[in-house]
Amino acid sequence: MLAALAAIPILIAVAVRLSSAVPPGRGPAFLDRITQNGLFVGVTGMLVSIPLFLPLTVGVVAGDTVAGEAGLGTLRYLLVAPAGRVKLLLVKYAGALVFCIVAPLVIALTGAAIGAALFPVGRVTLLSGDTIAPAEAVLRLILIAAYIAVSLLGLSAIGLFMSTLTDVPVGAMAATVVLSVVSQVLDALPQLEWLHPWLFSHYWLGFSELLRQPIGWDSFASNAWLQAGYVAVFGALAYSRFVTKDILS
Amino acid sequence: MTGASTADDLAIEAKGLSKRFGRQLAVNNIDLAVPRGSVFGFLGPNGSGKTTTIRMMLGLAAASEGTISVLGQEMPRQLQDVLPRVGALVEGPAFYPFLSGTANLHRFDAADPHSVRGTRAARVQRALERVGLTHAAGKKVRAYSLGMKQRLGIANALLSPRELLVLDEPTNGLDPQGTREVRHLVRSLAADGATVFVSSHLLAEVEQICTHAAVMSAGSLVAQGTLASLRQSGGRTLRLLTPDAGTASAVLVRLGLTPVTDGAAPTTGVLTASLPDPDGAVAADGVVAPEDIVAALVDAGVRVRGFAVEQGSLEDRFVALTGEGFDIAQ
Repeated sequence: MLAALAAIPILIAVAVRLSSAVPPGRGPAFLDRITQNGLFVGVTGMLVSIPLFLPLTVGVVAGDTVAGEAGLGTLRYLLVAPAGRVKLLLVKYAGALVFCIVAPLVIALTGAAIGAALFPVGRVTLLSGDTIAPAEAVLRLILIAAYIAVSLLGLSAIGLFMSTLTDVPVGAMAATVVLSVVSQVLDALPQLEWLHPWLFSHYWLGFSELLRQPIGWDSFASNAWLQAGYVAVFGALAYSRFVTKDILS
Repeated sequence: MTGASTADDLAIEAKGLSKRFGRQLAVNNIDLAVPRGSVFGFLGPNGSGKTTTIRMMLGLAAASEGTISVLGQEMPRQLQDVLPRVGALVEGPAFYPFLSGTANLHRFDAADPHSVRGTRAARVQRALERVGLTHAAGKKVRAYSLGMKQRLGIANALLSPRELLVLDEPTNGLDPQGTREVRHLVRSLAADGATVFVSSHLLAEVEQICTHAAVMSAGSLVAQGTLASLRQSGGRTLRLLTPDAGTASAVLVRLGLTPVTDGAAPTTGVLTASLPDPDGAVAADGVVAPEDIVAALVDAGVRVRGFAVEQGSLEDRFVALTGEGFDIAQ
């Protein structure tokens, strides 16, 4: 799955390299900047992965946590070992968290690497007009990856809860991915504006502040609070469900 | 019944245990008493509630009513203390198909917080040896046959020294040699002092290895006790070979029996009649000893050519308790 994620920036870079100049303003944001500075491959890769590809992979990983073990039948043997239900849930969620951290990082760093290999690398112009050195730009890239990692925490907690509801991992995965799409659709409807700040996908693309000088932390903080709320609520639901669940798989 | 056994003598004790799934009562108010050190056969047709009972025993499912204690401690409350001393094979083996047999056992052993890491490799090796799987230990479980998976499942139950082994259908999928090996294994575990709780629908198997047994039918426990007492309460059958079937029949009726005539020839008939329990549970007006029956028959001038008292088999008893054929009681 990480290989598939790494393939995205590689595809972008190769496609841009092989095609003639992209007219500015078409395609994903920053796409036209890639030819001038390879580091933008990382940003573009993350940007195009946020709506679907990242939630998809997080949904697969988080949905598989408990339901995957139940589907294999190994859940009963882990619990009889006895692994302890709370401990098992925590270990499983920790695994999903690690994936949330690693996934955007893989896109960012693969992107930066392939971009540096295929395109010139130089000072990067930020959205505020300031320019920064390539080394600092890579740092910003990692910062954006961290922002996205935080963004995915809520979804991974939802996936963990879904995973405790069923013995069919595909069901939990699909439900999680569908919820991420629904959340984004709701976020796009202006009639539901009152709901938007409460949707876990609301701040997903809100990392532009990290591309300014000085860096703004407002949306990072709002996002972190929102995701923490989702983790608390769905973590508690997953806990209460799993601790009392009859393991019949 | 095992009679007056105190809780300390029991490896597993269920009191009024019930499990309800929606409107269906999977286990209905059972009282189970498994003595320590016994090899206990848990019998019943498919769907009679055996595995559900085992799940409650291991804390996988919560009882709807009643209590179950294992090794003297109540489940599932004291699960963390009890389960490290219990080895289990529940409803077939289950493994990570992409890992080798050894790696699977390592993983399950690591899930037990009480297991000692330093001895893990040696214990895994020893468990694999005991089930004869050393040669395939490095193969991915995906490539295992059903019997090999079954052996690996048993090996998983033997990773640590256990006081109680709960083996659900341990010989499922095994070839005759494998079945024999499992029987040897169960005997050797019992010889080491462990209590072995074996669920099975294979009566011959239970008859060969068990000291005690219980029979489940449609969620209820219909019989339990030592194997000898179960066979006995199945009743004995009298078989009489005589040319004077008519007279003999009259004599047997006079003795309070209900003879049934077999055989086509009226001259040399075979009479069968079930004999009352020797403990006198059935016959109210005194027990008729087999020798008295023969004496009475000879007195009446019946030419007795053959006379036998046959002990009922466990199979007869099982069928009598759980019903015949495929019509499994629901």
